[in-house]
Amino acid sequence: MNSSFRVTALLLCMGPLVSVLAEPVPDLTATLKAAFTDKRQATLDRLDQDETQKLCTQLRDQVPTSELSQKITRMNLATVKPPADGKYLGDWKAGEVVASTGTGLQSSDDPAKPNGGNCYACHELAPTEMAYGTLGPSLKHYGKLRGQDPAVLAYAWSMVYNSNSYAPCSNMPRFGHRGILTEQQMKDVMAYLFDAASPVNQ
Amino acid sequence: MSVQDRYISLVAACTLLGASLSLPAEQTSEEAIAEYHAMFGDENPAELWQLRGEELWKTPRGSRQVSLEACDLGKGPGVIAGAYAELPRWFEDTGKVQDLESRLVTCMTNLQGLPESEVLAVKFGDGEQKSELEAITAYVAAASRGSRITIPLDHAAEKAAYALGESVFFYRAGPHDFACATCHSESGKRIRLQTLPQLTTSEGAQAAYTRWPAYRVSQGELRTMEWRLQDCLRQQRLPQLTYGSDVAIGLTMYLARNANGGEMAAPSIKR
Ligand code: HEC
Ligand code: HEC
Repeated sequence: MNSSFRVTALLLCMGPLVSVLAEPVPDLTATLKAAFTDKRQATLDRLDQDETQKLCTQLRDQVPTSELSQKITRMNLATVKPPADGKYLGDWKAGEVVASTGTGLQSSDDPAKPNGGNCYACHELAPTEMAYGTLGPSLKHYGKLRGQDPAVLAYAWSMVYNSNSYAPCSNMPRFGHRGILTEQQMKDVMAYLFDAASPVNQ
Repeated sequence: MSVQDRYISLVAACTLLGASLSLPAEQTSEEAIAEYHAMFGDENPAELWQLRGEELWKTPRGSRQVSLEACDLGKGPGVIAGAYAELPRWFEDTGKVQDLESRLVTCMTNLQGLPESEVLAVKFGDGEQKSELEAITAYVAAASRGSRITIPLDHAAEKAAYALGESVFFYRAGPHDFACATCHSESGKRIRLQTLPQLTTSEGAQAAYTRWPAYRVSQGELRTMEWRLQDCLRQQRLPQLTYGSDVAIGLTMYLARNANGGEMAAPSIKR
């Protein structure tokens, strides 16, 4: 069996479906806006894309080239604001609430309540919490394994603030950059990751 | 107890169970369904919707006082056997690609002469407020049980609907940057304990698409594909998708075509 045949056979057996028409729809944003209506805080402007969303949409689920990766990470790293007082770590107990809360910004949510970070939707964190998702890597023992070196804290802060600063086209929301979480909430969730007393590190 | 009464008490019991299931996700989707079957066996309250749908299908209504038995779902007037497995499809008379739900709206307004506002008043039922569209969808979909999904994409407009659906599937937007692909393009992933189907492969799309419409235990309601899409878009933090819009039908076409060849097994039971 020649190798190109084998590759084709493999693709046919397990690969994603071959697209029927790969042509992108010309003005998709306008088409979408015509098919949606505002629903409470979920308004039509949410269908507009920023540069990162546009680039990542074009890529679909392909891995970006190194050139594109650099472009995206550079652009997003520039948005990251360190905490105003220079302190990365807040209160881990408040952070646990942020990590466990899934509501916020949905049309069905109360806009008067603080948004959640929903970290548990995608990450394993405290070893005692079994209801965790797997879209992201396990963060169990995060601080215990990594310590609190300033560079380690700055990297984790950047990931929470804007995941695309290091992970281009990440599936993780850009919590600070997109205004999902407040600075205080991000500090609290950082403490949840790093504090020695946090359940994440037990 | 009559069939109706038996199901009414079953639905009441399910709603109670559903309330406990919708509390913090402590069970996987599979565990929740296993628990349901342990308590209720193979009974599916969707049958209650099917029965109501059958009655609505056969009763003369609207200004023309005709039933839906002359409604053409693509296989000729009145043919429902296997019709759902071949939708969405292009319809000559409307000049549109339509899914089952939008086609039903066409038949109820054009054929029966029911006012559109009335037909669309309750798209998704909520307890006392019953949806006719959900009931008829359940009835028609049940008549495709065992049929293979057949979406040939012969017509140019069907190809265009697929392409639109595919583009929307990968479109990242909103405060969280989510696309359908964020949650549905890898296999074996979960959100909390809910298993996420991989909808970009035929295996994953078949497993998902063949089981909708479905009786949702957590809601005590029968839900259609249009509902499923709207609820995922809500989690995606996007605005309200218009029922029967080209985007709703495009996404449905994308899923149906990816599920081509799958054997319909709806209405099913979902958490
Ligand atoms: C929708 C899924 C999702 C959610 C919600 C999410 N993350 Fe992530 N996270 C990811 C993914 C995926 C990665 C891996 C980076 C990549 O390749 O995209 C990641 C990476 C990380 C990392 C970097 C890990 C390392 O050391 O490299 C940290 C820290 C992190 N997430 C923290 C959080 C916190 C805190 C929250 C809640 C406020 C959160 N995440 C919410 C998906 C998610
Ligand atoms: C934030 C994550 C998320 C996004 C984004 C998302 N979904 Fe979902 N989807 C889910 C969850 C969670 C379920 C329910 C799984 C369960 O019940 O076990 C689901 C279920 C489904 C199902 C039914 C699967 C089945 O087997 O019953 C379909 C079909 C579906 N989604 C399509 C879509 C489409 C199309 C989009 C984009 C318009 C989308 N989803 C966006 C999380 C998401």
